[in-house]
Amino acid sequence: MILAFVEHADGQLDRLSAESLALARRLGAAVKTGVEAVAIGGESLAAAVGRHGADVLHLAQLDDGDAYVPDAWAAAVGDRIGALGPEAVVAPGSVRGLEVLAVVAARLGLPLAANCIDVHPGDPWSVTRQRWAGSLLEEATLEGPVKLLSAAPHAFPADEMVAGATDARIEPFAPTIGERERRVRVARRLAPETGGVSLTDARVVVGGGRGVGSAEGFAMIEELAGLLGGAVGVSRAVTSAGWRPHTEQVGQTGARIAPDLYIACGISGAIQHIVGCKAAKTILAINTDPDAPIMAQADYAVIGDLREVVPAIAAALRRS
Amino acid sequence: MEILVAIKRVPATGGRIVLTADERAIDTRHLGFTVSPHEECAVEEAVRIVEAGGGSVTAVTLGPEVATEQLRDAMAIGADRAVLLETDGREWDPMETAAAIVDAVQAQAAAGTPYDLLLFGNEAADTGDYQVPIRVAVALDLPWVTGVKALELRDGVAVARREAVGGGWEEFELPLPAVVAVKEGINLPRYPSLPGRLRANKKPIDRVAPTARPSGPTMSRLRLPREEAHEVEILGRGADAAPRVVEVMRTLGVVRS
Ligand SMILES: Cc1cc2nc3c(=O)[nH]c(=O)nc-3n(C[C@H](O)[C@H](O)[C@H](O)COP(=O)(O)OP(=O)(O)OC[C@H]3O[C@@H](n4cnc5c(N)ncnc54)[C@H](O)[C@@H]3O)c2cc1C
Ligand SMILES: Nc1ncnc2c1ncn2[C@@H]1O[C@H](COP(=O)(O)O)[C@@H](O)[C@H]1O
Repeated sequence: MILAFVEHADGQLDRLSAESLALARRLGAAVKTGVEAVAIGGESLAAAVGRHGADVLHLAQLDDGDAYVPDAWAAAVGDRIGALGPEAVVAPGSVRGLEVLAVVAARLGLPLAANCIDVHPGDPWSVTRQRWAGSLLEEATLEGPVKLLSAAPHAFPADEMVAGATDARIEPFAPTIGERERRVRVARRLAPETGGVSLTDARVVVGGGRGVGSAEGFAMIEELAGLLGGAVGVSRAVTSAGWRPHTEQVGQTGARIAPDLYIACGISGAIQHIVGCKAAKTILAINTDPDAPIMAQADYAVIGDLREVVPAIAAALRRS
Repeated sequence: MEILVAIKRVPATGGRIVLTADERAIDTRHLGFTVSPHEECAVEEAVRIVEAGGGSVTAVTLGPEVATEQLRDAMAIGADRAVLLETDGREWDPMETAAAIVDAVQAQAAAGTPYDLLLFGNEAADTGDYQVPIRVAVALDLPWVTGVKALELRDGVAVARREAVGGGWEEFELPLPAVVAVKEGINLPRYPSLPGRLRANKKPIDRVAPTARPSGPTMSRLRLPREEAHEVEILGRGADAAPRVVEVMRTLGVVRS
């Protein structure tokens, strides 16, 4: 059996969990075995989990309800591994999915392959996983009586199965959770700061890099973003210089964005920046250097000094 | 407060990655080396905590001799000493890396000055295994939290904040000693000063031979993701290109009317 750890928000199966169920389904077909899911709380998931191919939904009943208590969640997953003996456990490529599976792996003393984009059961199992946030791929073998894997975000389809879906059968279980597993929990939640267009939701992002030259130089980047109803994004060169806050950074150690249009102004296109913006539908680069690496990613480019080009675009937009 | 901060030497790849002929490593002949921005922030955070409340910071890395360069960088911004868990250059998997760090932490405790706080980057820049800090915490039976973007220490408790799924923040409280994995953005690391660099050269580096216990995943080969070939369309040079840019924006439907 392939066991998929799934998460939910407001009673809905979350997207990354749906993707990891797609990986679980593939593995189930390859090993000729069924798929079952395990979740903390979430009776309402039976139908969705069934449509994504799981026959059974194991529901942990924890004293803390579905409050996030990481070690307790890991103990619950570990409890089902002990009871059911799955061939593999698949987790979503989310913060919680990754850390819960890491605890499971540590407690069982088993290896764990994070952010897989392809998995082939066999002897041994072989996986392809992301390095450098996806700029490089690693082919590796994975050993152990239970294979522990997480699915890289957006590497598998989140679609439901078309045929043969029935609700998953709910099987509640009550794992024993010790006091030590309940030491760390979310003590409080704080509401998001409001105001402005959020970087990850914006349809247009105007990005500024070292080529912008100074904190003051960002006035024209902000103006263009404002005219397009978009958000400002920046490179690490800019946050390291203290010109803009890290919340605006796009890339491997910043935000991953997927706007309709990304305008990269004075950004060279280092791989660590590109992994953050390559999901943009269209990239326009504005750069003095026609050979900058960003040109290999861009759909359109203007060769020139952004201090002339950006205000000229703003002026043309205002006229139009 | 005794703080350990774990960093990993990685190549500073720029515009593209080139692999060695055997496809088992990045060709680093023309590259410099660095650590993850998350780890730079972990070092900065450790130094600030000690500057404010006293104690000392130890930087640790598992890697080849040349990784002393990254330990010196950490000491240049204020770490007091360093430990090199010296390897022969083979890439160690995350399980054995964590086990070696655990051994170093236990050796320190046995010597009478146990660490109160173990700081890590959220994930290594290169392999991105997302597990070393948690494996260390589980082995030492310590409370842990990852993804931390704000950290405060009060009376033996670490209050750690991270971004919550769906917006906003979630806050954890961990009794010390604890394991905390941080993300870039928690602070803005200082640049090392020249005197800082000179002082770093005089600070001690302990060399320890870690125990190898390979367990996987075991890399067989690296490859670059397939890229769809595509051509960039040059819309023009300088300010004269502006009308064409606006035309393109119109066809993309992003111009507000
Ligand atoms: C592990 C790791 C993680 C990283 N994570 C990130 C990340 O999340 N995000 C990120 O952005 N970077 C990240 N980096 C850093 C990354 O490698 C680059 O150093 C960084 O992206 C460079 O920023 P830049 O393009 O603004 O600067 P540069 O590379 O210096 O490029 C400046 C560009 O501006 C152009 N230019 C200069 N003047 C003008 C002008 N007047 N008009 C038009 N063009 C001009 C130049 O031709 C050049 O192409 C990371 C690095 C590492 C090692
Ligand atoms: N070779 C290493 N030496 C020292 N610390 C490491 C090493 N590998 C990983 N770490 C630490 O563990 C964190 C997470 O790494 P990983 O689990 O490999 O993604 C890194 O940011 C480092 O703080």
